[in-house]
Amino acid sequence: MTLLSVQNLRVAFPTRQGTFEAVRGISFNLGRERLGVVGESGSGKSMTGRAILGLVRAPGRVTADRLDLEGQPILNLSERRMRKIRGNRISMVMQDPKFSLNPVMTIGDQIVEAYRLHAGGNRATARQKALDMLAAVQIRDPERVMGAYPHEVSGGMGQRIMIAMMLAPDPEILIADEPTSALDVSVRTEVLNIMDRLVRDRGMGLIFISHDLNLVAQFCDRVLIMYAGRIVETLAAKDLHKARHPYTQGLLNSLPRLDAPVDRLPVLQRQDSWRDGDTITQSLETDFPGGL
Amino acid sequence: MLTVDRLNVWFGHPPDRVDAVKDASFTVAQGESFGLVGESGSGKSTILRAVAGLIDTWSGTIEVAGRALAARKRDRAFYKTVQMVFQDPYASLHPRHSVDAVLSETLRLQGMDDIDRRIPRLLDDVGLGRGFRFRYPHQLSGGQRQRVAIARALAAEPRLLLLDEPTSALDVSVQAEILNLLSDLRAEHGLTYVMVSHDLSVVGHMCDRLAVMQAGRIVEVMGVDALRQGTARQDYTRQLIAASQGYARA
Repeated sequence: MTLLSVQNLRVAFPTRQGTFEAVRGISFNLGRERLGVVGESGSGKSMTGRAILGLVRAPGRVTADRLDLEGQPILNLSERRMRKIRGNRISMVMQDPKFSLNPVMTIGDQIVEAYRLHAGGNRATARQKALDMLAAVQIRDPERVMGAYPHEVSGGMGQRIMIAMMLAPDPEILIADEPTSALDVSVRTEVLNIMDRLVRDRGMGLIFISHDLNLVAQFCDRVLIMYAGRIVETLAAKDLHKARHPYTQGLLNSLPRLDAPVDRLPVLQRQDSWRDGDTITQSLETDFPGGL
Repeated sequence: MLTVDRLNVWFGHPPDRVDAVKDASFTVAQGESFGLVGESGSGKSTILRAVAGLIDTWSGTIEVAGRALAARKRDRAFYKTVQMVFQDPYASLHPRHSVDAVLSETLRLQGMDDIDRRIPRLLDDVGLGRGFRFRYPHQLSGGQRQRVAIARALAAEPRLLLLDEPTSALDVSVQAEILNLLSDLRAEHGLTYVMVSHDLSVVGHMCDRLAVMQAGRIVEVMGVDALRQGTARQDYTRQLIAASQGYARA
């Protein structure tokens, strides 16, 4: 079952030097799965997430042959109608909780506000829901955290609070843009476990944007590798080490490894042909919802 | 080259005093590359900042090249011996100073002569062509900025480089380039490194020995072989290694 279908998505910005295309015609389907999107900074992975949510501001322009949420086109909807989708049906968790939470509002008030905006209801119900959500993301003392301000919680807890807030309205799709990059490795595992469980229990679709190849290989079901605004390769996450595109191989090789020490790290030699070459698609038979 | 003995670092006054580093001791030999690893808040960067003279609320002994340091006062000879490279190349370069201005100011402060000839040589050293000399930070990529920051640190011809997460703001492909550059520079100039990182594989690649920190204390000092073979003595180190291997589905 396809939750989100993207066909030939493009994001362009006019500049003094002409039009700059941040995303150049990408297509993919998202089912009830964990889909990883990896690439370097500037490869267009975050812009893809923002374009889906209608968060690209003018003069940026988003075009696509198709951008469907469960069969309904959501491309360039009016702001009013987009707001009904944003948060309710597609949510986004950003990289750094420090910049995503309102510093002068208690965490409880922020979750309650987000929930009531989408689901309505009175304050008491919303408050109870907020407490449940905080418990669902394994915050041990939800009553105390409800009354705390963002600067009084740690980065890992802040990120869990963001996830709680995003999940309160029960969205079908969660877009997580580098959700663990600002976190320590030990906290990272907890946050990933929580997202993993939510995807499994609620049947959500997850778009996991990250620059960390190994993490994506271990956490996701399927991976899209982006380079210069295009998808250069798609493959099953477990087969990432069998990647065939030289860019993917180059990225993997440039990582230092504890189990295989080398004197010098191989450096990525970029080639112009990667910008416009064909996407390498794994031709395996799979049971992934959207196919490969 | 560097001896740190029973170092305590604190911030604030009682009752709000925070002890960021507690009783930390380690030594780094001439030409060695030493790593400090741990979670955020474990005090690893604080140690570097205390050595560099950016924090004056510390007690204990810090010796660089056999000379004990005073709390805050650092003389010019100190900064000719010790230089630091910071984490975020987007924040550590003045946005309105060209590469030339950044480097020539540093060279002048270090009392160097022949500045006009030294700048191209520094740029060559860090793998930037001479064409980069009159660029501004916004005209450089993250990796190029970090190269400028490294060139600035090298301008004083130091013997000890303090590296505070030098690649964590960079893409993995660029990280490989910067790590290779740092290895080459160490071999060419006989530098000693103290490197802070949260990434164990980066420390494993760059360092000979490392100290693992938790909540302000050094829990273990180990060789890099022990790190690779997973023969850490402390539970905490083993947890940290396991967590850094990536994600295992619960």
